[in-house]
Amino acid sequence: MIEVQVWRGDASGGGLARYAVPARANQTVLDVVTHIQREIEPDLAYRFACRVGMCGSCAMVVNGRARWTCRTHVSKVAQDGKLELRPLSNLPVIRDLATDMAPFFDRWARARGQFQPKDSADGAVPDEFAVVPPASAKRQAADAGIECIGCGVCHASCDIVAWNPDYLGPAALNRAWTLVNDVRDGARRERLDAVAGDAGCHACHSTQSCTERCPKGIDPSGAIAGLKRTLFWRVFGLDR
Amino acid sequence: MRAPDPRPRSHPAYLAFLVHRLSGLLLALFLPLHFWALSHAIRGEAALEGFLRWTDHPLLKAAETALVVLLAAHLAGGLRVLALEFLGWRAQQKTLVAASAGVALGAGLLFLLNAG
Amino acid sequence: MTLWVVQRATAAVLAVAVVVHLATILVAVRGGLSAAEIIGRLGGSEAWLAFYATFALAAGLHGAIGLRAIAAEWLGWRGRGFDLAWVAIGLATAAFGIRAAIGLYAA
Repeated sequence: MIEVQVWRGDASGGGLARYAVPARANQTVLDVVTHIQREIEPDLAYRFACRVGMCGSCAMVVNGRARWTCRTHVSKVAQDGKLELRPLSNLPVIRDLATDMAPFFDRWARARGQFQPKDSADGAVPDEFAVVPPASAKRQAADAGIECIGCGVCHASCDIVAWNPDYLGPAALNRAWTLVNDVRDGARRERLDAVAGDAGCHACHSTQSCTERCPKGIDPSGAIAGLKRTLFWRVFGLDR
Repeated sequence: MRAPDPRPRSHPAYLAFLVHRLSGLLLALFLPLHFWALSHAIRGEAALEGFLRWTDHPLLKAAETALVVLLAAHLAGGLRVLALEFLGWRAQQKTLVAASAGVALGAGLLFLLNAG
Repeated sequence: MTLWVVQRATAAVLAVAVVVHLATILVAVRGGLSAAEIIGRLGGSEAWLAFYATFALAAGLHGAIGLRAIAAEWLGWRGRGFDLAWVAIGLATAAFGIRAAIGLYAA
């Protein structure tokens, strides 16, 4: 048996509830949560969709660390056969293990995380395809961050997000850096303006918890450093 | 403030951040004190000498050693941050954290050897 | 953004100045520190005065901007009023340091 403590409650508060779940081979943490909901506590709230690490919806705090529960084997994280599951940090709780992701994606919008085609500001299909050599430095920098699926693990792992309520956070800034490096994008200047300052990349102290915890191996900390560097040289009229 | 959970923060770059922040905090608080001490010179060499003899106390010598280590740690950690932000040195960050710790300890040891 | 640029610019100055400072400390403490020795090195030297004045200015600002970040994140002290206060504290600390440097130069 696995001894599982699950945080239960809502925005007004809550606490840990204890469950015993049968141990099985190759069991994931998501399997454990699903077992509790199906067999023990039908009103347990949690979120998942794909179960294979594509959708980014099942992230929770497992034994103190934010992780994808679908891609985390119990055998890898259980301590003395025990699991402690909490909702993602730094986000409002809706109920139990389900957090409200709206403040997270609002930050993406504030960081101008949407692609704005340079060739067709009105959204029309351009006549020609943009030619972007995959080996070019800018494309490589964009590729480094583009696989983000918005799971919120970096956001939940970042202390600056916890300390600075206005901070855009690692995911939104990583998205901004990806687009800053996209040569087809036409909103570079506005985006750089949006991510500058105490609520933006300059709030980051490079604790690198985002980079350390990203399940996709993305380096948001490095992306934020890139934004700082680009903004710094822009002060002197050097845009690189 | 609730005591922070160490589990999500257990990696070298976080430790480097904490050392950098706490050393910076202590150094910033020490700076006015340092300037005040040096300002004894305005009242002449004797005043400064009097103050310096007062700092010969073993407790203050230990505090001075700690300050030298803090300064070296903050310097090395700061060079690491500059390397990350301006040169984009990402892959070698863990090596740089270790090197920073080495520089800080080395400076402390040298101070002790010289002051002894 | 401006304060961040100042923080990094002073950091670059301090990177050099602190290395010099640490080296001086390690040499100076050999056989004990004495006022005569310090004043013998710094007294009347414009080069050292310029070095320490620059050093004090950079350190004062760098420390205050650093404290500003800590106070904002750990104490919730944010806003324009606090920013201006930190800049004032930084400049006052720097002025205090430059005054001491002049004292050593003139002693």
